Amino acid sequence: MSQAVLAVAEQNDGVFRKVTFEALSAGRRIADHLGGELAAVVLGHGVQAAAADLGRYGADRIRVADHPALAEYLNDAYCNVLATVIEAEKPAVVVFGATTQGRDLAARLSARLNAPLAVDCLAIQTEGDALQVTRPMYGGKLLADVRLEGPLKLVAIRPNAMPITPLEKAGTIAMVAAEPGRTRTVFVEKTLDSGKVELTEADAIVSGGRGMGGSDFSVLEALAGVLGGAVGASRSAVDEGWRPASDQVGQTGKVVSPALYVACGISGAIQHLAGMSSAKVIVAINKDAEAPIFAKADYGIAGDLFELVPLITAEIRKLKA
Amino acid sequence: MEIVVLLKQVPATEAFIEIAEDGVSVKTQNLKWVINPYDEFAVEEALRIREAHGGTVTVVSVGVEKTTEAIRTALAMGADKGVLINDPAAQGLDGLGVARVLAAGLKQIAFDLIIAGQRAVDDDNFLVGPAVAEFLDIPHLSMVIKQELQDGRIRCHRTVEGGTLVVEAPLPALFTTQRGLNEPRYTSLPGIMKAKRKPLETKTLADIGLTSAAVTNRGARIAAFRLPPQRSGGRMIAGDSAQAKAAELVRLLHEEAKVV
Repeated sequence: MSQAVLAVAEQNDGVFRKVTFEALSAGRRIADHLGGELAAVVLGHGVQAAAADLGRYGADRIRVADHPALAEYLNDAYCNVLATVIEAEKPAVVVFGATTQGRDLAARLSARLNAPLAVDCLAIQTEGDALQVTRPMYGGKLLADVRLEGPLKLVAIRPNAMPITPLEKAGTIAMVAAEPGRTRTVFVEKTLDSGKVELTEADAIVSGGRGMGGSDFSVLEALAGVLGGAVGASRSAVDEGWRPASDQVGQTGKVVSPALYVACGISGAIQHLAGMSSAKVIVAINKDAEAPIFAKADYGIAGDLFELVPLITAEIRKLKA
Repeated sequence: MEIVVLLKQVPATEAFIEIAEDGVSVKTQNLKWVINPYDEFAVEEALRIREAHGGTVTVVSVGVEKTTEAIRTALAMGADKGVLINDPAAQGLDGLGVARVLAAGLKQIAFDLIIAGQRAVDDDNFLVGPAVAEFLDIPHLSMVIKQELQDGRIRCHRTVEGGTLVVEAPLPALFTTQRGLNEPRYTSLPGIMKAKRKPLETKTLADIGLTSAAVTNRGARIAAFRLPPQRSGGRMIAGDSAQAKAAELVRLLHEEAKVV
């Protein structure tokens, strides 16, 4: 049986997402356990120049599927092309980044190829021909060890959860057939908030809850700014209309794993904790010293966030000066 | 417009989840069960589309007897009829298995549009919606916050990392919901009374033309549940002033936690 691993790179206008390198490194580790090779594949248009980067993270070979119809992500075209690449490469495992695109593509392929899929994997182990992954369920209230079996297994790894290991490999680049096949979805347009750090990829997140008392999140934005991070919100803050739904961290919002999570004026409903408990370090700032969030935080300060946060921002600025 | 909503009954998001004795399932006693929140957006959107374009809304679920409660809630919101696929062989399937069952059930129902949650908040695997679309050989659009139907096509605004994509597909199609799509309505007392008389059909796998052997192939199964590592946590930072507390926090983040 084939023991090769295929990592699917995700690029936006020729720039790879960080999780792509995490997926390559994870793919390399799986390939080493299986005693097979790691191939990387990138789909897009005009992406050949960028593709060489993939060889720096342990890919033995790089497959480039370049076609004007792949310029923007459309699940039918991408699925058709990737299915062809999988047929040619015959991997035992395909690794995706668990992004909106990665999950979407992996789900459709899972059905097409009758291959089991685990999304948001935090750890992956090989056990003979099977794969055992650890992934959160019930919004992170539990961790599940999930066993995937079959000739082909699909895993999508959670951004920020696994290390990137630079490793120069041959990284031979070859163009492959990129025939989009039958497609029904059509790209119309895209709007990107330039300069905004994406919550699921941010190394630092400063979130506000009911304690913000209104839509002015400027003190949090300033702290996120010095940390090079992003601003998040609790469900209460989103329900109040203070922040857009896309900022929501929690079981019905985004699940995030930053190095630092600062919860400001958030009491710590289980719904919210589910979305941020995998952060490496959690800081809680709340007026109510009895707030449940403090039990889940590494560091807590009881006090007025509008007084404390600007002082913290100033201290960090001093440190970085 | 014939609209189908795929619905799953899940533990409420505020529920405290405990691992059962067998280590591979959760304790279901005393849990509060609700419609998966993303499926609730799907029901609401289906009702709005029916209000604008006419047609019927059918709610389809794979579940157990108790799942009828969630389907009745959707009927009380205003859906027209429900179908529950309840069969011992359909319990404990992985996502792909559930999608296969749903797709088989949908082959007996007329539809122009299928709406599903982006994920169920128990499994969190983002699989079933797109997999159903694949099995039915129809296009799908995921993570939708806005849709427009016109001339047999659907145009959807999808959220992606750091922005929005607008994508279009011909009907029949499936889309999955994202928070921000709508604000689901509450059930009213007259709605609840009416729901009791609305058709809710229960089907077995045989009824939808599947043998249990066709769905027993479980490529993904839970080997063990664990609690996430607990934080030693709760270290409160003391200080004479807000300034002192802020300085101490930053010192700890820098020197001890090494994240700043």
